[in-house]
Amino acid sequence: MIASLGLAALWMAAALAALQLVAGGLSLRGGNPALAGLVRPVAAVQGLLAVLSFAALVIVFWQTDLSVKLVAMNSHSAKPLLYKIAGSWGNHEGSMLLWVTIMGLAGGFVALIERRLPEPTMLATLAAQAFVSLGFYAFLLISSNPFERLSPAAPEGQGLNPLLQDPGLAFHPPTLYIGYVGLSVAFSFAVGALLTREVGPAFARAMRPWVLGAWLFLTIGITAGSYWAYYELGWGGWWFWDPVENASLMPWLAATALLHSASVLASRNALRAWTVMLGVVAFSMSMVGTFLVRSGILTSVHAFAVDPERGSFILGLLVINIGAALLVFALRAASVTEGERFALTSREGALVFNNVMLTGTLGIVLIGTLYPLVAEAMGLKVSVGPPYFNPMGAVFVVPMLVVLAVGPLLRWRRDRLGRVARMLAVPGLLAIGVGAWFAGSGFVGVLPVLGLALAAGLAVASFLPLAGRKLRTVKLPLWGMVVAHFGVAVALFGMAADAAFTTERLVAARAGQTVVVGPWKVFLRDVVPIAGPNWTALQADMDARYKDGPARDIHPQARSFWAPPQGTSESALVTRWNGQLYAVLGEQAEDGRWQLRLWWKPFVPMIWYGGLLIALGGLLALIGRVASDLRRIFAREKIAYRRQRQGR
Amino acid sequence: MSEPTPPVSLRRWTLWLPLGVFAGFVILFLIGLLRPAEREVRSALIGKPLPEFALPQAIPERPGLATADFRGGKPRLLNVFASWCVPCAVEAPQLAALKQAGVEIHGVAVRDKREDLERFLARHGNPFARIGADEVSKVQFALGSSGYPESFIVDGRGVIRYQHIGEIRPDQVEMILTKLKEAEQ
Repeated sequence: MIASLGLAALWMAAALAALQLVAGGLSLRGGNPALAGLVRPVAAVQGLLAVLSFAALVIVFWQTDLSVKLVAMNSHSAKPLLYKIAGSWGNHEGSMLLWVTIMGLAGGFVALIERRLPEPTMLATLAAQAFVSLGFYAFLLISSNPFERLSPAAPEGQGLNPLLQDPGLAFHPPTLYIGYVGLSVAFSFAVGALLTREVGPAFARAMRPWVLGAWLFLTIGITAGSYWAYYELGWGGWWFWDPVENASLMPWLAATALLHSASVLASRNALRAWTVMLGVVAFSMSMVGTFLVRSGILTSVHAFAVDPERGSFILGLLVINIGAALLVFALRAASVTEGERFALTSREGALVFNNVMLTGTLGIVLIGTLYPLVAEAMGLKVSVGPPYFNPMGAVFVVPMLVVLAVGPLLRWRRDRLGRVARMLAVPGLLAIGVGAWFAGSGFVGVLPVLGLALAAGLAVASFLPLAGRKLRTVKLPLWGMVVAHFGVAVALFGMAADAAFTTERLVAARAGQTVVVGPWKVFLRDVVPIAGPNWTALQADMDARYKDGPARDIHPQARSFWAPPQGTSESALVTRWNGQLYAVLGEQAEDGRWQLRLWWKPFVPMIWYGGLLIALGGLLALIGRVASDLRRIFAREKIAYRRQRQGR
Repeated sequence: MSEPTPPVSLRRWTLWLPLGVFAGFVILFLIGLLRPAEREVRSALIGKPLPEFALPQAIPERPGLATADFRGGKPRLLNVFASWCVPCAVEAPQLAALKQAGVEIHGVAVRDKREDLERFLARHGNPFARIGADEVSKVQFALGSSGYPESFIVDGRGVIRYQHIGEIRPDQVEMILTKLKEAEQ
């Protein structure tokens, strides 16, 4: 019943998307006003129906309705409720439904709220949004129907990937999805503005909150995903350059560039064609990422539903959507004039540099991710790892971070470096001092030393834009920038500290033995079997003592899930202000000793605190922008209201 | 003070560049999607003796690896891998199965660090009798291999009999065992 309702809502949403596309497209060519008037309400209702359909899916998962094939394949009656519900988007079909739902919702919001742009541009934007949605509706209804029925119903479900059974992970994919799909709005705005040749500050201002919002969710999603990989995979690392991780990093890099170029366009009416291009690229990267993950053409630790037929379908969507957008770009961008000029040494100049470096980094990640495919096309199978990504990425990231310290201090249009040199002396000397200290103390590794030095300089420099201002009058977007840039410094410090100072012990220990790792003494009391709701585990009973401090109990586990049978290791973490102890229980050797892997990772949580600070900066900027937009709308309505009364 | 930049005149063809690059990606994706699942790649090295090398040990628990270790009687499996390579982790259970079946497996760890390697082997099992550290990919190139993982069957006289590109998948373990048998003759 509920499943049928969900499917019906999905079909209706798809039909409305088609209507939205046709009505929007026709009214662009000067169709009748009634048709144009349809577009906004249709977009809103389409979003609502998509939400209904998704709600239906959540309900069938909640009830473990085993007559729905997707539930039978991915859920289990014995699963905790939270994971039953999260299971509705923890699979291919459900996650694609979530994708169109977010897209529909975003489109509906744009339709209801956005009134700044000329109406034709809005119609073109909403038509573009419908165009993209329609492809995904087709994908769902034709080859990935989430509501497909089983007759007779299955006696029991087949479980969920136990690696995905983790509270963090229940909310990690939706967060990333909101980010990926939020970028579709930027994509549609870009296409709409190109079609009507209305690329200007108003376009940038209308697009910016969406980019900010999407970027905010991407930042949180990537940060959370990195932390999840860190504690769940039990490898002690926080970034593996895995294709799926790269698939989330690439849209983030593009969105970061877009964010900065949109601010140039909004304030200075420059970088027009470039901003539009980035708008197209950012969402394209989301789609390429989805394709790479779902088609299974790259090997990854994230074994998602891999199916060549689905891969072909997404590739088709990719070709149609991105191809169409780039075609429009090629045909129209020449008529988008280049905009205001500026000197190289200026805020714009610094932001252009930032954009070039971010795009360069994006290129490095893209090439590294796709190289195995290129090699495979030539008959080789390869895997590209940190030995490529770290140094190559640093080529672009290091100069970018240096300019990040300088850029926010420069004036728009033109400036002199001499003017800001004195302000930058403090962070500059600090960076050099820190770098020299660590280089002199005999650390191996150029990148960690460079990272520590840059982090120190940047941490100070990120606050310089506030110098000489009354803090109470500083606007929220500026606070946002300061906080986000400071977050970059904090995250960088965590990464460099992890690379430079981590100590690791890999031991075979008997019960009753103490292992020393860095300043920690870890005592293995015993290893005992325990049982959870749908797993059993061997749990190490240990206490950890920092220097001569009090003992703290920690319990790393080696878990076995039975539906489906799969093992995972649950690491145990002890977090202090100055770092984290990370313990993993391995297998038992023949002589009865237990394999223990222990790490002391000084300051490693800074990586994720930094990521959250970056997101917080985005949030502050978003609140600031939206609030000032609302104020403007409110003021305009007030004027209109007064005029109306005077007219009466 | 720097002068304002001259207007950037976008030539028409540059506007088509993104579309062109994208078309290239699409072709690449298509090849990736449509490629046959199984394919024989004949290496130029098959039938030739293993190149001369002597690698230092990669971890204290296992000796290093030299060409001489492949002489003397039975066929052996040479596996080129790295701890940071995801397909290598995917391959680990198959290597373990081969070891169970009595195959002597030697590893060449490419561009790896001791700690990373130990972590990798602790997590995924250590099927290797010897592991040589190939820090600058010297042996890897000499073998005509540019990817990870890659496996070679070397017969008792030190001649390469079979090259397996990419990870050994679960359904390929039998095939590898057969090839090892064939290499006995």
